[in-house]
Amino acid sequence: MVKEIERAGVTVVHMCTVTPISMTVGANRIVPTIAIPHPLGNPALTHEEEFELRYKLVEKALKAFETPVDDQTIFD
Amino acid sequence: MSLRVVHYINQFFAQIGGEEKADYAPEYREGAVGPGLALNAAFKGEAEVVGTVICGDSYFNENLDAAKATVLKMISDAKPDVVVCGPAFNAGRYGVACGTVAAAVKDELNLPVVTGMYEENPGADMFKNKVYIIATKNSAAGMRDAAPKMASLAIKLAKGEKIGASAEEGYMPNGLRVNFFEAERGSTRAVKMLLNKLAGKPYTTEFPMPSFDRVAPGAAITDLAHTTIALVTSGGIVPKGNPDHIESSSASKFGRYDISSFEDLTAADHETAHGGYDPVYANEDADRVLPVDVLRKMEKEGKIGGIYPYFFTTVGNGTAVASAKKYGEAIGKELRDAGIKAAILTST
Amino acid sequence: MRLELGEIHISDIKLGDCSKVENGTLYVNVEELRALLLEDEDLASVDFEVVHPGESVRIIPVKDVIEPRVKVEGSGGVFPGMISKVTTVGSGKTHVLKGCAVVTTGKVVGFQEGIIDMTGPGAEYTPFSKLNNLVMICEPKEGIKQHQHEHAIRMAGLKAAAYLGALGKDVTPDETKVYETSGVMSGKEKYPDLPRVGYVLMLQSQGLLHDTYVYGVDMKKSMPTILNPTETMDGAILSGNCVSACDKNTTYHHLNNPVIHDLLEQHGKTLNFVGVIITNENVYLADKERSSDWSTKLAQFLELDGALVSQEGFGNPDTDLIMNCKKLEAAGIKTVIITDEYAGRDGASQSLADADPAADAVVTGGNANMVIHLPKMDKVIGHPEAANIIAGGFDGALEADGSITAELQVITGATNEMGFNKLSAR
Repeated sequence: MVKEIERAGVTVVHMCTVTPISMTVGANRIVPTIAIPHPLGNPALTHEEEFELRYKLVEKALKAFETPVDDQTIFD
Repeated sequence: MSLRVVHYINQFFAQIGGEEKADYAPEYREGAVGPGLALNAAFKGEAEVVGTVICGDSYFNENLDAAKATVLKMISDAKPDVVVCGPAFNAGRYGVACGTVAAAVKDELNLPVVTGMYEENPGADMFKNKVYIIATKNSAAGMRDAAPKMASLAIKLAKGEKIGASAEEGYMPNGLRVNFFEAERGSTRAVKMLLNKLAGKPYTTEFPMPSFDRVAPGAAITDLAHTTIALVTSGGIVPKGNPDHIESSSASKFGRYDISSFEDLTAADHETAHGGYDPVYANEDADRVLPVDVLRKMEKEGKIGGIYPYFFTTVGNGTAVASAKKYGEAIGKELRDAGIKAAILTST
Repeated sequence: MRLELGEIHISDIKLGDCSKVENGTLYVNVEELRALLLEDEDLASVDFEVVHPGESVRIIPVKDVIEPRVKVEGSGGVFPGMISKVTTVGSGKTHVLKGCAVVTTGKVVGFQEGIIDMTGPGAEYTPFSKLNNLVMICEPKEGIKQHQHEHAIRMAGLKAAAYLGALGKDVTPDETKVYETSGVMSGKEKYPDLPRVGYVLMLQSQGLLHDTYVYGVDMKKSMPTILNPTETMDGAILSGNCVSACDKNTTYHHLNNPVIHDLLEQHGKTLNFVGVIITNENVYLADKERSSDWSTKLAQFLELDGALVSQEGFGNPDTDLIMNCKKLEAAGIKTVIITDEYAGRDGASQSLADADPAADAVVTGGNANMVIHLPKMDKVIGHPEAANIIAGGFDGALEADGSITAELQVITGATNEMGFNKLSAR
């Protein structure tokens, strides 16, 4: 899906936990996430802490959007 | 004396439990468990499963280094002549675990190893050039076909015998071209292939062209404050009640739902349709998969221009690559037509 | 066009003082044949050996393999433009001495001539180990040029095949096969619902002893053109090649083109075989572009639905292959290509020099780089030291005990790109 959407001219940031799969699938901007069942959260934290965690991850995604890349890149 | 085989399987095939037990830590059991019985039958006395290593799929993938080390030690301690992993069929995380274990067995323990999975399992592309992966059907119903092939290849590898071409042995093409004799001459195969191609029927090329299927990275977004971002997920987030009945596995469709009035996704209004991971966390708070709440905040802060009024969703689990491609094309077209330049895609 | 092919089964060849075909045995008057061949001033000597399937014999270096044939009815004669006049062939009746061949050998002409083992592991890879072969050791006069040398040996093989073929003219064939093709319009009327299929036959034409002749014309000097399938059975296309042995099309391959035979087998049943487009593999990029444009244009003139493309050789001809495939597919003509691979000795390298996603239906004749060990044979005909220099061989390929370790490339016809063999790779 990532490739097809990007092929349409939309810049895509792929946020996922198993980044090697993302590399194989062909995503170009990849942001690693927390865990498979809750990529953008962590149930062990309080609601506020979890929001903060998620906010930071999405900030990484925004950074990825702003960064020009030539090749598949993981934004750690 | 028969050859010693150690078998790696996940919590599901060990009949410990499904997704709720996917965090099961590695465990060693003597003898064959679950699919190991089918392997034993296929070994016909030439080899025997002497021990089984069981590990939950989420546990393995989320604790990769530690889990791998523990599993490797368990395998090594059992002193196998050959190791068999899976088969994982179309279970993505299980496939990645099988591939990871198999590659480590080969590289770190220097032992022969065979695994098996469906060709569209993400583990297949990741590991097919590293270890022998028998191509299986996409569900456990394929065990009957897979067991004899895995058993036969395992025995050959353990004995150090010559391994034939992928088409003969049943393993996925691994980038190494191996000669063998077909049943028919090349011209006859070519005529048949052409007739199938002309009739729109399936055919298999004998030499797949090297993969060019990479898309050039999209342009960097220079003005995020005025850019509307679309949200897409393969994590199966849907409005409560799953109105379009998106399948929990091998989805036949994608959904498109209005989020323009939502500040935050909650258990009252959204859930996941995904059947490939523990749904509890996403059902409690779908923002954990689709971060609507933080994007709304960023919108208010002026960091982004806005969120596209609809989000797109499907279930990645067991969904054919061809289907995913089709959904991606449709989503891409809508976004392009709407003038959207940026999308976040989340996967579980 | 309608051609009757009368096959006379030959189970043995005997050298003697009378040339005839009797009860499945081909008798050859060696002196008479030698005298005929030595009319060529460039040849110093011609010697003959007979080899049978299963014998511990190695023939090296092999230049060409030719099946004896003779025209019994209809216009023209076999090997037109080279042995017979240029009259159009492919109709009437032709007799074939089936199960035997003329094999030419002698001092190496180019660097790219092959090996035929009649037994052992090498024999499994060459179709010519299954034939009774009249081997002709042709040695050139001192001081002649390489192209004269090639010409002399090529002509000797063709003359001998025509001479032997003529012995079957009045013999009743053991089996008769009839091949009938339709015109472009009549075929459409006769088979309105069958897919229209053509065959794009790529011919080696790189010059420097890598040439193919059509009715006597050097194919590198010709534009792509159209042949009726049966014309090839009378020898319209002849090999003048000293290309890598494994994937050069010998004259035997052209006479028995497997794509043509398999398409004719399906003609009127599952498809309408419209015709053969022959094209070249020249060394200039402009030639490659022009020829692939033309082969596609001819395919469009014939209003083909589908095309089979066969290659000859490897390396830069891979580009011709891919151009043909790409342009045919772009014209909406469903295409299958037949090639072979040079994937390295370990099979890990890129198999073709060129590639394109449009080539999504490929049949392969196997990896020519695969290393094979050919054990010592009791008898070697020709020049065994050629193993060190022919393509696929290397210095030291010939070991002291007479065995050879080399790439599959050295074996004549091993990875044929007309799909003559069962060998493949995955």
